[in-house]
Amino acid sequence: MTTLLRGTAIIRSYGPTPALRGVDIEIGEGEIVAVTGPSGCGKSTLLHCLAGILPVDSGQVFYRDQELGQWSEAARSKLRRTRFGVLFQFGQLVSELTAAENVALPLLLAGSGRREARRTALYWLERFGAGELGDKRPGQMSGGQQQRCAVARAMATEPDVLFADEPTGALDQLTGEQVLAEILQEARGQHMAVLLVTHEPRIAAYADREVVLRDGVVDPSGLGIGLRS
Amino acid sequence: MSTPHVLLGLLAAGPRHGYDIKRAYDERLPRAKPLAYGQVYATLGRLERDGLIAPTAQDQDGGPERTWYALTDAGRARLDDWLGAVEPPAPYVTSTLFSKVVVSLLTADEDRARDYLTAQRAAHLQRMRELTVVKTRAGAAVDDVVAADYAIAHLDADLRWLQTTLLRVADLHREVHS
Repeated sequence: MTTLLRGTAIIRSYGPTPALRGVDIEIGEGEIVAVTGPSGCGKSTLLHCLAGILPVDSGQVFYRDQELGQWSEAARSKLRRTRFGVLFQFGQLVSELTAAENVALPLLLAGSGRREARRTALYWLERFGAGELGDKRPGQMSGGQQQRCAVARAMATEPDVLFADEPTGALDQLTGEQVLAEILQEARGQHMAVLLVTHEPRIAAYADREVVLRDGVVDPSGLGIGLRS
Repeated sequence: MSTPHVLLGLLAAGPRHGYDIKRAYDERLPRAKPLAYGQVYATLGRLERDGLIAPTAQDQDGGPERTWYALTDAGRARLDDWLGAVEPPAPYVTSTLFSKVVVSLLTADEDRARDYLTAQRAAHLQRMRELTVVKTRAGAAVDDVVAADYAIAHLDADLRWLQTTLLRVADLHREVHS
């Protein structure tokens, strides 16, 4: 499998508190990897660093063997807009915009024309069972509908990798699993890689492989905690 | 599992013969304990003896002779009682997993305990992955999805409990040594 994304020796702290203390991780093209571990282990921070949302203190992130630290901010920002998709626990839709406008947003930022962006947005809403929501604002939607809309937004640019941070965390179990199954079916169909951050074994079981973090490093035992300390 | 009650349930929609009951069992409860033909016929024999089912017809249809059975009024009442009765929430823990984890945390040396727990966790997650593939397969029958969900929920519970136990043991150790 060709490596799509690779992090080496990633270190990141919040003030004096270390969140990541030297993480090595690889994600292959089209691979679905779950990142798990107990609260505070650094899994969300790792996702943010790999997605370029947070800068690293030290260490490197490679995209198709190119080190992103060497790129200009403009080039990195373009990569994030066009090749990366991001999905959070709470959809984080723009509340003033309709569903279609929310989904069209990354397309407009990536340079699509207005009409084409809207058409593509409606296609992806339809694809994730939210076709009838096009003209609704987030306040008029249920949690599940908002998350479907956020999924459509994350997938609309057809990224190479989707970063999903507890994507089902705010949904009831059945809705969450249905949405996740749809995301992964789409990802597998398009050979899109997925980095799935979750604390639930049930959700991690949807991935091809699991990486467990413990206190800011990868824990090869997968237990996420020491036995005596 | 209560095989006699399950067979009564499979007869609730109308008469069936033994072979058909066995097939319906495999289809409706795909991941339950396998039920052998011999057990089906033995159970049907006991249910008939107890007046809960009665033979309604026989046919031969080119193959071996088949007896069709139907629920009697007593059989239907027994099934209703069973379906209405609350199952006692398990009063004590019988799982070998539970005993083994506790014993390994208490007595085994640390490396051995970690190796065991690591392997056990990996085996659980691998099984959950297989079951997740089964239930998300295109066109999966609802019987398969429901059965896989049940198994996954229990494996998930095992792993959550394991995780919580490790965190508790770590806390306890910190208290003792601080």
